[in-house]
Amino acid sequence: MKDPREFVASHVGAIPRSGIREFFAIAATMEDAISLGIGEPDFVTPWHIREAAIFALEKGKTSYTDNLGLRRLRGEISKYVAKNFGVEYDPVSEIMVGVGVSEVFDCAIRAIVNPGDKIMYHEPCFVSYSPSVRLCHGIPVAVRTRGEDGFSFNMDEVRKSWEPGCKAIVINFPTNPTGGVADAERLKELAEFAAEKDMLVITDEIYSELTYDGGHVSIASFDGMKDRCVFLHGFSKAFAMTGFRIGYACAPKAVIEAMMKVHQYAIMCAPIVSQEAAVEALANGRESMEKMREQYRRRRDYIVGRFNGMGLDCHCPKGTFYAFPSVKRFGMSSMDFAKKILEDSKVAVVPGSAFGESGEGYVRASFSTSYENLVEAADRMEAAISKW
Amino acid sequence: MEKLLRLMLDGEALSTEQMGRILGYTREELDAELKKMYDEGILLGWRPVINPDVEDSTVHAAIELRINPERDGGFDRLAQRISRFDQVDSCYLMSGAYDLLLFVKAKSLRGVASFVYEKLATIGGVTSTATHFFLKTYKQQGFLIQKDVNGGDRLFYSP
Repeated sequence: MKDPREFVASHVGAIPRSGIREFFAIAATMEDAISLGIGEPDFVTPWHIREAAIFALEKGKTSYTDNLGLRRLRGEISKYVAKNFGVEYDPVSEIMVGVGVSEVFDCAIRAIVNPGDKIMYHEPCFVSYSPSVRLCHGIPVAVRTRGEDGFSFNMDEVRKSWEPGCKAIVINFPTNPTGGVADAERLKELAEFAAEKDMLVITDEIYSELTYDGGHVSIASFDGMKDRCVFLHGFSKAFAMTGFRIGYACAPKAVIEAMMKVHQYAIMCAPIVSQEAAVEALANGRESMEKMREQYRRRRDYIVGRFNGMGLDCHCPKGTFYAFPSVKRFGMSSMDFAKKILEDSKVAVVPGSAFGESGEGYVRASFSTSYENLVEAADRMEAAISKW
Repeated sequence: MEKLLRLMLDGEALSTEQMGRILGYTREELDAELKKMYDEGILLGWRPVINPDVEDSTVHAAIELRINPERDGGFDRLAQRISRFDQVDSCYLMSGAYDLLLFVKAKSLRGVASFVYEKLATIGGVTSTATHFFLKTYKQQGFLIQKDVNGGDRLFYSP
């Protein structure tokens, strides 16, 4: 009989396994370790949203829904996106609800990528972009973003990285892991470039509500861009609903139609209880969301100040709940830094290299943890570093 | 001042020094802001929130009072007089079936009872009392007694 490994498809086998989970498995066994490695809100979902989920169960809402999601939820999403992002989508044909942005992103990629198609994305970035493209036999093309640009993209870099065959560009502002944002001017340039090269733009705006200094702008809101954009958003970050697993895509009808084929044969539909909770979040969740954002902003100001104070050069993230300080001055890889700081201070941060080669030299420290934890973590790190 | 109040109301367990750091105030500026809030009667006090169920030596009760309003000042004189008793934690003028709602505490059931029949009921103008003893606390001043299980299954790392 064949070695079971030989049953694995070669393009799946070729995707490297992340070393981060093992690293954090070690960290999790340490007593008193503080994790700044968490990529989700530390808040529990606001009660009124949880209660709506319970009520849905009480009413016996336990069935499948339309593949695209509850019509009522799509209606609320349509209103929410129009009001907050300035783009109008038809709830019947231009919106699809899925199991988190991760799933709707995967659907978008599977819906558009032919083998050999190239997909641009900026890096450091969320861990799934490049693997999703490769799982579709596509070719990921990374565009580096840099600390000196506040981890926004640099158009010269975008132009330089472009190759014939690039079909789409993936953007994620505010960005996990860097907290970088892109202002209207830059996005406009990118929109023009996408039009010039006739590329689709997949814009993952999951952190858009967690923007601290000035409003968020969606590239989909520019003239003519709606037909060129797949707008992705969800409930996990703004409403602290990660475990509910609800994300959505807004896109031209033909793209939604294609995405729905992928979604319906893989998933069927997002869980109805979670969809009911999402309706409540959009209807009544703004106040609790703003309260959480205010707490993140305070924590950000604190931790960024502490990092810079201890000699970790750290730009001020304008969105998300991640700080991305540089560890270059220690002359070690970001993985070695993460291991050493864990050993010496029992504080776990994520090596920047986990988010692509361009993340080397940085670490991601999530401030989605209590203020007390941040104070303790910063004190411990400072004490450890001062001895190096 | 509004920022400082909001920070205090959010209920994160912060020292004044930490609050100052978050808001960008020096210690002196923060003290001055707090003093101003005391002076203007916005901030009344500062005390820990205790779970009433663990205070073995204290009994809590809510008391509904009906009182006669007076020509000058309505309910104010009697309400203020009643509020001054140490046993009274809070006192509110209410709409509806009764006039004053008191939250009181005493060292024993008998302590609450004697406060009602010796003090409250004997005040001229008090026409009736109804005393309700607390049996169990579920939420105290915004704090849940049974906290959300936030973290049990939470991952130590997530991307």
